[in-house]
Amino acid sequence: MKRLWTLFKQGIIYENPLLMLMIGLCSALAVTTNVSNGIGMGLAMTFVLLCSEIIISLFRKVIPSSIRIPIFIIVIAAFTTIIDYVMQAFFPELSKSMGVFIPLIVVNCIIMGRVEAFAYKKGIVDCVADSLGMGLGYTWVLVAIAAVRELLGNGTFAGLQVMPDSFQPILFFTLSPGGFLVFALFISFNIWLKGRMNKTQARRDVAKEDAA
Amino acid sequence: MIKIFIIALLINNIVIMRYLALCSYVGMTSDVGQSVGMGFAVTFVTVLATAATWPLYHFILVPLHLEFLKILVFILVIAALVQLVEYYLKKNVPGLYAAMGIYLPLITTNCAILAVTFENISNNYSFITSIVYAVGVSAGYLLAMVLLAGVRIRIRNSTVPKFLQGTPILFVATSLIAVAFMGFSGLIK
Repeated sequence: MKRLWTLFKQGIIYENPLLMLMIGLCSALAVTTNVSNGIGMGLAMTFVLLCSEIIISLFRKVIPSSIRIPIFIIVIAAFTTIIDYVMQAFFPELSKSMGVFIPLIVVNCIIMGRVEAFAYKKGIVDCVADSLGMGLGYTWVLVAIAAVRELLGNGTFAGLQVMPDSFQPILFFTLSPGGFLVFALFISFNIWLKGRMNKTQARRDVAKEDAA
Repeated sequence: MIKIFIIALLINNIVIMRYLALCSYVGMTSDVGQSVGMGFAVTFVTVLATAATWPLYHFILVPLHLEFLKILVFILVIAALVQLVEYYLKKNVPGLYAAMGIYLPLITTNCAILAVTFENISNNYSFITSIVYAVGVSAGYLLAMVLLAGVRIRIRNSTVPKFLQGTPILFVATSLIAVAFMGFSGLIK
């Protein structure tokens, strides 16, 4: 149980696909103009990741390694098609505002990377923990970026007015330059945090050696 | 037609205004030559992919009512196409292969190409318009790549604040390029 929790935490923080590994950036910047888009994209992504990892993990013994990449692509494309149609049917508004980015889940490097590096080698239970961790790690970063951009650019949070009426929305943040700027600040905060964590770890190691 | 080209090239630039193909944008721009090579390789494959997927969709998938297979079919067509182009160039045009070869495998997962093929379908473009749109988008990609590669040379020779060193400064620079690109939006009514 503890091992699964560790795997889950890896995706959420230590190996966060967006902030630490910096893959799958395209969709992350494009859909984060408001919070509901961020949540929708994050959950769609988590669904595709979870299902693809389970299927690949189940069949990993019978997939020959020489043709594994095309097989991965087919599996991922199948689940992407499913989520695309589900969103069109049940959330037409959301699906329209995200446009081409739902079908583009199929070429998202996060999914391909996890399937290749993790699901093809590990058992099904580990895969569930890993994909949920990675998927939710992706989702929370999306929501955080979207919250900043929506709050400053529109004065709302998930469509609800939060800022007082006197607040003048800064359009810059909902347009593309703002997205790049907010993301740059997120990465730089994260690099700083990582440096801090490494320093604390090093200090702890030194203390341990002194004690020994 | 020209309108579509200009919109794809400048106003809705695929990288800077629409955030597509960011992986290669950050990864492949450490020098200008490399970014030009990648830009032309993408242009080549995008136009070919459009020429292959448009007839496939309109003459095979639509008559058979298999539109829902479009994601699966398109990604496989692009992957196969990239392989074919690679073999063809290796055998017949070794000079071009040496210049472009290393970028080709990376292109399969370039989201710009897949996005162009989907948009040609969803916007109901005719075949010729689709090709023009594909050329416009990939020219925009080339432009963005060369711009960032140029900026990166300057970044290397300047003092960057410590907290922005590395990747963050690239995004800050892109943000400024994007502000400049917003000036194009009045170009076409």
